[in-house]
Amino acid sequence: MRVALFITCLADTLFPEVGRATVTVLERLGHEVVFPEEQTCCGQMHANTGYRAESVPLVRRFARAFEGAGADAIVCPSGSCTAMVRDQYAGLAAASGDAGLEASVTALVPRVFELSQFLVGELGVEDVGAAFPHRVTYHPTCHSLRLLRVGDAPLRLLRAVRGIDLVELGEAEACCGFGGTFAVKNADTSTAMLTDKLQHVLATGAEVCTAADSSCLMHLGGGLSRRRAGVRTMHLAEILAAT
Amino acid sequence: MNGPRRFPEAAREALGDSQLRANLRRATHTIRDRRAAVVAEIGEWEALREAGRAIKEATMRHLDVHLEALERSVTDRGGVVHWARDAAEANATVARLVHEAGAREVVKVKSLATDEIGLNDALAAEGITAHETDLAELIVQLAHDTPSHILVPAIHRNRAEIAALFRRTLPGAQGVSDEPAALAEAARRFLRERFLGARVGVSGANFAVAQTGTVCVVESEGNGRMCTTLPEVLITVMGIEKVIPSLADLGVMLQLLPRSSTGERMNPYTSLWTGVAPDDGPQAFHLVLLDNGRTDVLADATGRQALHCIRCSACLNVCPVYERTGGHAYGDTYPGPIGAILAPQLHGMRGPTTSLPWASTLCGACADVCPVGIDIPGVLIHLRGRVVAQAARGDVPAGERLGMEAMARVFSSRRRYEAAQRLARAGARPLARGGRIEHRLPGPLAGWTMSRDLPAPPAQTFREWWRAR
Ligand code: SF4
Repeated sequence: MRVALFITCLADTLFPEVGRATVTVLERLGHEVVFPEEQTCCGQMHANTGYRAESVPLVRRFARAFEGAGADAIVCPSGSCTAMVRDQYAGLAAASGDAGLEASVTALVPRVFELSQFLVGELGVEDVGAAFPHRVTYHPTCHSLRLLRVGDAPLRLLRAVRGIDLVELGEAEACCGFGGTFAVKNADTSTAMLTDKLQHVLATGAEVCTAADSSCLMHLGGGLSRRRAGVRTMHLAEILAAT
Repeated sequence: MNGPRRFPEAAREALGDSQLRANLRRATHTIRDRRAAVVAEIGEWEALREAGRAIKEATMRHLDVHLEALERSVTDRGGVVHWARDAAEANATVARLVHEAGAREVVKVKSLATDEIGLNDALAAEGITAHETDLAELIVQLAHDTPSHILVPAIHRNRAEIAALFRRTLPGAQGVSDEPAALAEAARRFLRERFLGARVGVSGANFAVAQTGTVCVVESEGNGRMCTTLPEVLITVMGIEKVIPSLADLGVMLQLLPRSSTGERMNPYTSLWTGVAPDDGPQAFHLVLLDNGRTDVLADATGRQALHCIRCSACLNVCPVYERTGGHAYGDTYPGPIGAILAPQLHGMRGPTTSLPWASTLCGACADVCPVGIDIPGVLIHLRGRVVAQAARGDVPAGERLGMEAMARVFSSRRRYEAAQRLARAGARPLARGGRIEHRLPGPLAGWTMSRDLPAPPAQTFREWWRAR
């Protein structure tokens, strides 16, 4: 299959290892990977903070970037950016009054998948041939869980990793408190939620906390680093790429 | 309610109260677990939710027609209907009716609509005392507090606090223990005298059926039934969105509501009354139909979903923000996720409640539990857009708008985006140590660095790696 990477501005700029790992996993499974370089940001920050008009040009840019890729699937290592495309693009394109944009969004959206959803749901693969002999706990991020309904796809992938000691996170489905600009606009509430989530992470005794979203991991990792907790955050793709 | 404060500031204060957070956590988790268990018993729950959503949506589309039908059926059965455009009109109507009944006291069933319009204070100004008879409302009233939850108004208090309050304020309760049964008994003794003496009862309504003129109140303690049956005069104040077309619709709603709200298969008391009947219950019935901003909400095709709410409070109990801050931080009768989409709209998208659409991480837990399928996160995003679009009112910091516009320009061009990546890397270099930035940063990033380090931009972006590979 020819797979186009939708890498997200955050992973591109701050967490390139997530993108590299995604490439590794997909190529190891025998797929041809392309990266349309005209992509920048999906516009989630703008749309979700209320700057709807500002997000429309980014919808257009996304559509242009991926239209020409000739890919069978567009795969993204972020639940929330995938959810942005799948949940909001059609509405934004329709409201823009640009029929061409609406048509290309309609054609693209069904082919956009979050990584774990693509591997398990589309490819039917659970064992990607990874080995990671460490104690790991998994945080199911809200948008993967409730907007994309990825279900237990990430856990299936993790369970198939050799040597992994997967430990269950307490109150796993509670939001970590990131919420995009919520983290700065309501910093106190965000911090209170982060504190509770980290307590659960620390209680597992895990060396690594993983998730399928760099943004939530940046928040969790930032909190762990500030506490000098000695627990690392790693994106799911990085664990799946480990051998 | 709690003064004109924006959510972030009000939340900060609430977050500092560890007793409040413990009380809230315990209470919300108990109800949410119970709800999940009884909902799981029903195989066709999703179909039932969809039926509830469809009834609400269809009713809102022709609200005027249903309201006129309701007025006709109530009048036909001996009731009197009053229309109130706003809080002042509704309060004046109720006060006039109480005066006409020759009463100086009223007994009340817990009602959000009368809380919304500040009825108790308005009556007090007219020399009329309103006694709340719902146990939790009584607690709030005795403490000169305000409700913090739409179903459990005193959720922010624990038993010990309530016992202390009763000992201080209830006649004859000086020695009461903090056992729930003892507390309930003390309140019951106090309330009984109020019930027997009152000539006027005031209630809200959970539903009103247009076809028959039947009003429905759902409750747990039976005190509401005392208020609606013992007095000679009954005055019901309800928001116009509470109308439903038929008794069949009520059947759907009564399956959705108790399971979602108290986690019970059926609530203990469901009272239905239709107009007046000679020698049975109140001999005069007045229905006050309250608009108070609702027709304006109706005009917004997306925002109007907020009017579908049946006030079950399930969304409050699962909301991680509500769980941390409590209801008072929302500064309105309607807190939590539903408050965040309803309150600003009822206030005409003006004032401090316009900060509420951002009082959410968009985690989606509220949408998953809502028994009538309101897309609360979708409405939150929509309302954020409305506030930003009217930002001349200062609801959005000027710097934020400039920053968002600048970011949009950067993301709109590959060249500018890649230049910005290089700039971020260079700019962060002096601040970073061991791959992280732990300085307290200025501007909007101050909120981030108060509790979190930032990762330093790495030596190579993904796209640089891709090109080089
Ligand atoms: S919005 Fe939905 S979940 Fe929340 S109180 Fe209303 S009906 Fe219940």
